[in-house]
Order: sequence, then structure tokens, then C-alpha cells
Amino acid sequence: MIGFMLNGQKVESKLPPDTPLLWAIRDEFNHTGTKFGCGIGFCGACTVHVDGRAVRSCITTLEMVEGAIVTTIEGLGASGQHPLQKAWINVQAPQCGYCQSGQIMQAAALLVDFPDPTDNDIAHAMNGNLCRCMAYYRIRDAIKLAASEINRSKEA
Amino acid sequence: MKWRRALLAGSATVVLGVLGFLAYAYESPIDPVDRPSADSFAPELVEKGRILAAAGDCETCHSAPGRPRFSGGLGLPTPFGVLYTTNITPDPQYGIGRWSKEAFRRAMREGVRRDGAHLYPGFPYTAYKNVTESDIDAIYAYLMTQEPVAMDPPENGIIFPFNYRFFQAGWKLLFFDPAPLTVDPSKSKQWNRGAYLAEGLGHCSACHSPRNLLGAEKQGGDRYTGALVEGWYAPALNGDTGSPLPWSKDELYSYLRTGASPLHGVAAGPMAPVISDGLAQQSDADIEALATYFADLADAPEQVDEQTIVEALQSTRAPSLSELASRGKTLFEAGCIACHYNEPDKAPNILRPELALNTAVTGPNPSTLIQAILNGVNKPHGHPDIFMPGYASSLTDEDIAAIAAYLHETYATPIGAISPAWADLAGTTKALRTENTEKQHRQAEAAQ
Repeated sequence: MIGFMLNGQKVESKLPPDTPLLWAIRDEFNHTGTKFGCGIGFCGACTVHVDGRAVRSCITTLEMVEGAIVTTIEGLGASGQHPLQKAWINVQAPQCGYCQSGQIMQAAALLVDFPDPTDNDIAHAMNGNLCRCMAYYRIRDAIKLAASEINRSKEA
Repeated sequence: MKWRRALLAGSATVVLGVLGFLAYAYESPIDPVDRPSADSFAPELVEKGRILAAAGDCETCHSAPGRPRFSGGLGLPTPFGVLYTTNITPDPQYGIGRWSKEAFRRAMREGVRRDGAHLYPGFPYTAYKNVTESDIDAIYAYLMTQEPVAMDPPENGIIFPFNYRFFQAGWKLLFFDPAPLTVDPSKSKQWNRGAYLAEGLGHCSACHSPRNLLGAEKQGGDRYTGALVEGWYAPALNGDTGSPLPWSKDELYSYLRTGASPLHGVAAGPMAPVISDGLAQQSDADIEALATYFADLADAPEQVDEQTIVEALQSTRAPSLSELASRGKTLFEAGCIACHYNEPDKAPNILRPELALNTAVTGPNPSTLIQAILNGVNKPHGHPDIFMPGYASSLTDEDIAAIAAYLHETYATPIGAISPAWADLAGTTKALRTENTEKQHRQAEAAQ
């Protein structure tokens, strides 16, 4: 049994230790906001936070997260009120929406490291999150909007 | 009958030689004692021993996955076969429970078992000979107060003739100088403390110095020039890391204290437990002493200012020369850069490991980089906040070869310079995968 914190709850997985974290999150604990994309860590749809860092959950095994704090899109902000989630709605970022939970989790980690990101910073740090609807420009706008809101609330 | 006399004289010489060697090789057994009771040791001594045992990484080798700590069973692959570490719990039958303090001291400093048999230099008595008697006695006290475990390690797989332990006396004659390290009066007290820790319990050179054909550490100018250990490359500690920017003393401190240097890499593979299990128990002053010693060895600057770092970073990323590296660039930008990216005009964030100056990327051997891509950089060892999943099941040997080629030839190479290409990266990746699988099998076997 491998124990870790999932969105503030202590959980214990009964799956084999080499199972990808993604399957424990979705199938065992029923947090289905995190999506399966490529399965090889190259599309970003399954991005979650492990101890605050953006990580591809499809190639992260359960044994790697023993005792860690895992956060998924469901745990990012209380009732969807994280500045990124609000900005996402404001600029109507998603189209089909499949990649969006991964995009938002990646962006949340990006804003911790780069509170005032340049276009270049966003392009690089979001490069591994693919969007087949090509919503990239709206995603970038939403990240900048969220960054300015976070910075404003910090100053206030 | 001249020839017969010559033959006789010849055989007599051989027989005398063999007898002489056997006499030389003979070490007397030290009488067994009754296991000293745990309360015969002062708690302060035991606590001191705990910290020193951590500095010596005793637990790292004398434990194996699925086995109780200090019960041995970890398989160390050597060119002469697999050597399994022994049980050093105070169990009277399987461990060292009947060893006297004298027997323990002799094992640590001369590499001789209580029963008189020679130990293999896989056990670093070649370094522990430099440890003071009082420090050894504290470790003895600590080990003797641990839980005894009645478990044998698997049988050693050492090949003929090295499986005959008395031949080790010949090895010692050739390569082992029992005289301990002496204080260098021309250096500071801190430097000497660092030397004592590094050359004694730390046994740093056991991994970071190359070995000769008979498995002895090379000396002189070859010392600390780096070596391949268990599929990972232990980088040179003499300053010759190939990085566009040298390690500074501050960085050595940060690496040894936290498991990560913001510029040159994180502790992974066999180095990870050295940091998180061993050095984590040592005082800041001792870590500082180690940093002082190795900074001096590598002729390193005290620190490097941000301006110099940014300039070094901006001077890298030479244009891509090979097709392999170009393919690696595509893969790197799709899969790796989301974490391995830093603002180009600032010193890098330690949690977004910078690869342009990284010792695993700039060094002469690709193994550590490939291992990091295959296995990731995992908890619970190493820096507590740095985590990377492994890509063993998502990337092919050719993919990993391409990423490694790109990083080495382009990403970490100053514009205008050429890094000698790493040869046969795909083949090395394949070989490392096999080695990793074998290691897992060995561990599974020892755990049973």
C-alpha cells in the first residue's frame, strides 16, 4: 500500500507500486479531471502537482510519490476560484477542453517560478502541453491575466 | 644430472615462495567474545557512532531493498563477479555479535575478518584505515546496540582465483599502505578536517577515482579524475568536469548539504543516499570542511557572481552539428523544457535544474545523464524538493541517444567550441537498461 496526500486527503493506493499515478487518481480515487493523453509524458494532458511541482502523472509511478503531496485540478482552488480558473473563463480559453486541466496545472506551477512571465517564458514552460484545438494564444492571454491578478492581490 | 638439480632447486624455490606467501598472508583469528550487552555502551558514544556510521555510509551498502537494515545482501557488481555485503548486525551467528572491539578495529583498518580471513577491497578499509580509533570504537558501540538479524547474504559470485581470500594478501602487498593519513600543517584546520572526513569515513575516492585492472584505486595524478560506478559516472573532483563554469566552494557546500547545486546538478543514483542518509546527519561545520577540502583539490573559486553565471549560460547553445542532435532538440523541447527552462538573464532556479552547465551533461561519460532520463530523479533520496519521473518506458534507446547528443554537443557547449561527441549513445542506453534490470533481479533475489 502506498500512501500520499491527494487534494488534502490522506489516501492509500492498493494498486501495484509501478502503476502510473494517473490511474490511481482517476480509477481508484475517482478524480477524473486529470486526463490521459499520450501515455509517454509528451503531451501534458495528465499534468498534476507533486509537492507543488508540475509532473506528468502518466509516467510517474505510485512508488515515486509515497508520502508526497499530490494536487490535481480538483484541488487547485476551492470551487474553481483559482485566479487561473477565473482567467480561463474570462478569456474563454478552452475549445474542446480535453487538455485544459493539464494546461492549468502546468500554468499554476509556471506562475510560482515566473510571477511575471514573458511571452518567451510562457512559450518554453508551456511547450510540453499540447492543444490540438490550437488555443495557444488564448491560453497565453489567460496566463497573463491570472499573473496580473495574482500580483495585484499580493500588492493589495 | 644438472637438470635434475636445477629442477629440484627450482621447485624448492617455488615451494618456499608459496610457504612464504602463505605465512605472509596468514592473519590470526581473534577470539570470539560474548556479545556485549547494549547497555554496556554509553548512550553518548552510541549517538556519536550513529552519526559516524552515517558518514561512512555503512547502511547504504550493508542494507538491501526488502532486508532489515545492516543485514547486508546488497550485490556489488565488480569485474571479478558479484560481491554481497555482509550482515553487520550484532547477531552472534550471522552478524558481528561475537566480534571484540579489537576485531572490529582490525577489520576497519586492515581489512581482516575476525576469523583471520582477508576482506575484499569492495569494503573500503583502504579509506577507513584513516579513521581514528576513538571514532571506530563509537561506530562499534552503535552497531552493537542495533537489532540483531539472523540472515545470511547470498553467496558471493567471485571468480577463480580471486575467490581464495588469502590472495588478497598479495593485493594488499601491491596496493595497500596501512599508514594512516597525517595532518598537513601547511593547510588550515578546516581543510584537515575535510581531508579526514573525505579520505576516511567518507571514502569519496572509492567512487570518484578510477581503478586499475586489479580493482585498486589509481594514485597520483589519476586520483579523483572520475570513474564509472554501477552504471553511473562519478564525476572528477579535481576540477576537470568539462563545465563552462567551474564548481565554486559555495556550490560544493550547497550540493553536499542539500543534494543540489543550482548550476551543476542534483545528487542522483548512488550519490543520492550519500547526501540524504549520510551527509544529512553531519554538522554544517563538517560539510563546510568537506567543501573546503574539495574546493582546494579542484582549485575552485569561493563563489561565482550572478553576472558570470548569466554570461556563461548565454555563451552556450552552440549550433547543432549532427542529425542526431537535431532530433534531440525536438524531443527536448517537447518533453523536457517545461521543467528544464530558466529565464535567460537570471541565475537558474534550483528547482528547474539547468542543464547547460550540468556536470552530467558536460562530462566525458554519458552514463549519468542517460540513467537520469531512464530512471528519473526520485524521492526519497537526494534533494527533497527535486523530482523527475523516469522515461524508461516512454523513450526508445534512439530517443534517449538523441536527447543526450543534443544536450552534450549543443545545449551545454559554448558557441564556437566543440564538445567531443559521445560515442554509441543508443548502445550505451541499451546496455544500461540491461544493467538496471540485472540489478533489480539481484535485489529481488537477496530480498528472499
